[in-house]
Amino acid sequence: MNLSLLVLIPTLTALALLFCKGLKQVRSVALIAAVVQFVMAGILLCNYWNERTSGNSEQMLFQYRATWFAPLNIEYFVGVDGISIAMILLTASVVLSGILVSWKMESMSKEFFFLLIFLSAGAYGFFISLDLFTMFFFLEVAVIPKFLLIGIWGSGKKEYSAMKLALMLMGGSALVFVGFLGVYFNTTTSTGMHTFDLLKISQMHIPLEAQKIFFPLVFVGFGIFGALFPFHTWVPDGHSSAPTAASMFLAGISMKLGGYGCLRVATYLMPEAAQEYSTIIIVLASIAILYGAFATMMQKDLKYINAYSSVSHCGFVLLGIGMLTKTAITGAVMQMVSHGLMTALFFAAIGMIYDRTHTRIVAQLGGLLKVMPFIGTVFFIAGLCSLGLPGFSGFVAEMTVFMGSWEHVEIFYRIATIAGCASIVVTAVYILRATGQAIMGPVVDKHHLELQDAKWNEKFAAGILIIGIIAIGVAPFWLNDLISPSSEIIMNKILSVATDYTNYH
Amino acid sequence: MKFELLVTLILFILLFLKLGNKEWKNESLLSVVNMLLLVNLIAGFFMNQDGELFSGMFRTNLTVEFEKNILNAGTLIISLQATQWLKNHKHLLEFYMLLLSTLIGMFFMISSGNLLMFYLGLELSTIPLAAMSNFDLEKRQSSEAAMKMIMSSAFSSGILLFGISIVYGTTGTLNLSELSAHLDGSPLQLFAFILLFTGFAFKMSAVPFHLWTADVYEGSPVPVTSYLSVISKGAIIFVFVSVLYTTFKTLAETWYHVLSLTAVLTMIIGNLFAIRQNNLKRFLAFSSIAQVGFILIGVSGSSQLGTASVIYFILIYIFSNLGAFGVVALVSAVTGKENTDDYKGFYKTNPMLSWVLTISLFSLAGIPPTAGFFGKLFLLTAGAAKGNYLLITIAALNMIISLYYYLNIVKAMFMDKNEQPIEKIYGGTTSNLALLICVAGIIIIGFIPQIYEYIYSISTGM
Repeated sequence: MNLSLLVLIPTLTALALLFCKGLKQVRSVALIAAVVQFVMAGILLCNYWNERTSGNSEQMLFQYRATWFAPLNIEYFVGVDGISIAMILLTASVVLSGILVSWKMESMSKEFFFLLIFLSAGAYGFFISLDLFTMFFFLEVAVIPKFLLIGIWGSGKKEYSAMKLALMLMGGSALVFVGFLGVYFNTTTSTGMHTFDLLKISQMHIPLEAQKIFFPLVFVGFGIFGALFPFHTWVPDGHSSAPTAASMFLAGISMKLGGYGCLRVATYLMPEAAQEYSTIIIVLASIAILYGAFATMMQKDLKYINAYSSVSHCGFVLLGIGMLTKTAITGAVMQMVSHGLMTALFFAAIGMIYDRTHTRIVAQLGGLLKVMPFIGTVFFIAGLCSLGLPGFSGFVAEMTVFMGSWEHVEIFYRIATIAGCASIVVTAVYILRATGQAIMGPVVDKHHLELQDAKWNEKFAAGILIIGIIAIGVAPFWLNDLISPSSEIIMNKILSVATDYTNYH
Repeated sequence: MKFELLVTLILFILLFLKLGNKEWKNESLLSVVNMLLLVNLIAGFFMNQDGELFSGMFRTNLTVEFEKNILNAGTLIISLQATQWLKNHKHLLEFYMLLLSTLIGMFFMISSGNLLMFYLGLELSTIPLAAMSNFDLEKRQSSEAAMKMIMSSAFSSGILLFGISIVYGTTGTLNLSELSAHLDGSPLQLFAFILLFTGFAFKMSAVPFHLWTADVYEGSPVPVTSYLSVISKGAIIFVFVSVLYTTFKTLAETWYHVLSLTAVLTMIIGNLFAIRQNNLKRFLAFSSIAQVGFILIGVSGSSQLGTASVIYFILIYIFSNLGAFGVVALVSAVTGKENTDDYKGFYKTNPMLSWVLTISLFSLAGIPPTAGFFGKLFLLTAGAAKGNYLLITIAALNMIISLYYYLNIVKAMFMDKNEQPIEKIYGGTTSNLALLICVAGIIIIGFIPQIYEYIYSISTGM
């Protein structure tokens, strides 16, 4: 299977969009592109299973390499393992549902869909690349469209949020790049050149001194994408100002770039430093989880509620990575997928409500379930998933993280785990309160009685995400089987150096 | 000598056109000049040879020739962009004669094998430039710019000459390749080096010798500004790299520190001042100062990678900066508006020009998939080879500051509302062609790795 198609198809559609005329043409091209991406992600999953069941135990499948800048030994090098496939599936679902939700986008629709599709190309490229330079290239491709998406089509203080988001994320990627350079210059291949090749670097040993300097750079850099406390401040502003589809992309895809990078690059390539800094990561992640949860309690705007709860939920991802056990890492990846689907669904529901009521303030809403049963239910499902009800993906993912964390017996890890568990109670409080006020109860505003329920496109959009959430929630083993062999490889690398590391001290 | 002879030939053709009896129309003159420049550019790729002339005064090799080709290409693009402004100008031919004289000067400067030859080329390239700055004859600002330019270059030339004379006094030679053997780092030689470095920094407008830049850029006509910021800066940087890497390689320890300090100051001050500018020309002036800071980071790498990355960056920089200047030139020529505020709501009336400006600015900021991304990252990579990661981190964070002001322009065009946006502008075929070349260059260069490979193969390290 040719992985480059995942980048090529969105890029070509984005270019094709530029030549489209009229809203109809634009959105049908965009929709076709999204469906094709979705189908391709499905085919990729099937092919992957086939290869694995037929006994192909290579770490990365469907590899393809081409020399890019020979003097610097930069390659275009792609390949996937279970973790990347999970992220690609997530991306494809969010893209499809995001396009469907924006069906009614009328102002500058061509540019809007162009940027959405272009962003997805960056995200796919990031998840499949195995060369650090290629990876960095795609990481940055996925940032700037967001600036325009939020700044042009957003609401509220959109210019401020767009600028803040762009600068913070680019700041993150600047740190990442310095870290990458540090890794690069500490590698030597058989030909005497340095290399950006992720697989080759993972076979080498980066000197401990270098790891100690460059791990924080890479981890914090990616952490900014993944809402690492205290660099999470772009999340609430960015999400709340963004148009619906952009919010979905931000929460569903962009924040996952960070978690994936922390795991795949920082932890995997610099395992000793990961152990060295794991306590700090755990502390920051726990703060993010609790702080995010409590901050959400104080919010009155639905989008802010979801944005702050994202900070809290993404804290679980970083907590899982910081714990450095196989189960916790698997849980972290599952949490990424689950959170991506769930927040995208949440933002889709909020967007649908906002399109109709023109308000997102909880107090001005009420009784929406009676007026708009479908949208109300979608909101309700997203809420239940967010608070970790069994049967939905959130429960499975968070449970896995907790189980993985509990494998550590030291009191420090226990406290962090308990703090994480405690946040679920807070989550329940704010979710139930928001749902109770906005969805249940009497209708507050008389005008709301005349509102229409969801259209076909919105139903489809929500349907895709809900199927994903339930598929993971009811039958988590397939996702687990997909991810855990890959997280085992990462874990083995960490364990293999763990013994050296204790000897070293 | 091929490059120099060709440009001289063109110069003579223009001279005969001027002296001839026939009254030429500006449009036809412009197309003649552009054709000649195109021929000049194409001819640059053929019949290349290595060698020396005039007992080592003039030398040429593949690197030098490639650099001259880059300058030729940039000059052609600027000439295409200038049509809108020149088409009603009375002194069209004089403008081109001055332009081509400076180009010859730069060619001699790049090819120089001797400090005197270098000085000669430098003066030939600077003095006509001051006259060009004055080419908006009816504008006071323009003559002010010319005055500032001539004063500051005279001053920096003086410093440079002082440095050169001390070098001659302590070593007894001015030949660039022989010099390095005679330089042993005695205090007097270090003093001479500092003077030479200052002279270079003046011409490159590196901080703290940048103060003339903004005023000159603002006052000059836009095509001259773009010529100053791209071609003349590119040429001096080419020479700077080769002088540092060959002549002063024995003093590498010393200049590394001077260079990194200058680079950091240049980036930070250029960036911070760029934020506060409202006039787009001034803004681009300061942003180009900041770009020099990034280039110096690459130079500090002092390896083959450093040379290659600097040449590659300047190649990309020509396309990106000329893309930005092209739009500004067009808008300024048609409406006379040059302020950021005027660009509010620009996208509503001129979507195409907005995209060109946006892509160019993104390339200047180093955002993928534009070529500027590769250019800038390779500079940082070259600099990082020395292992000074503090320097690289400062540079990387400076990229974020620069992103802020580039995005501010994008914001003004796409997001801000304006009661009276700039009306729809049609620039004519030639300027559109120039913009198209720039955009194509920006998008394509990064994806043709052979270009970088070629540059790498012809560059030499220290």
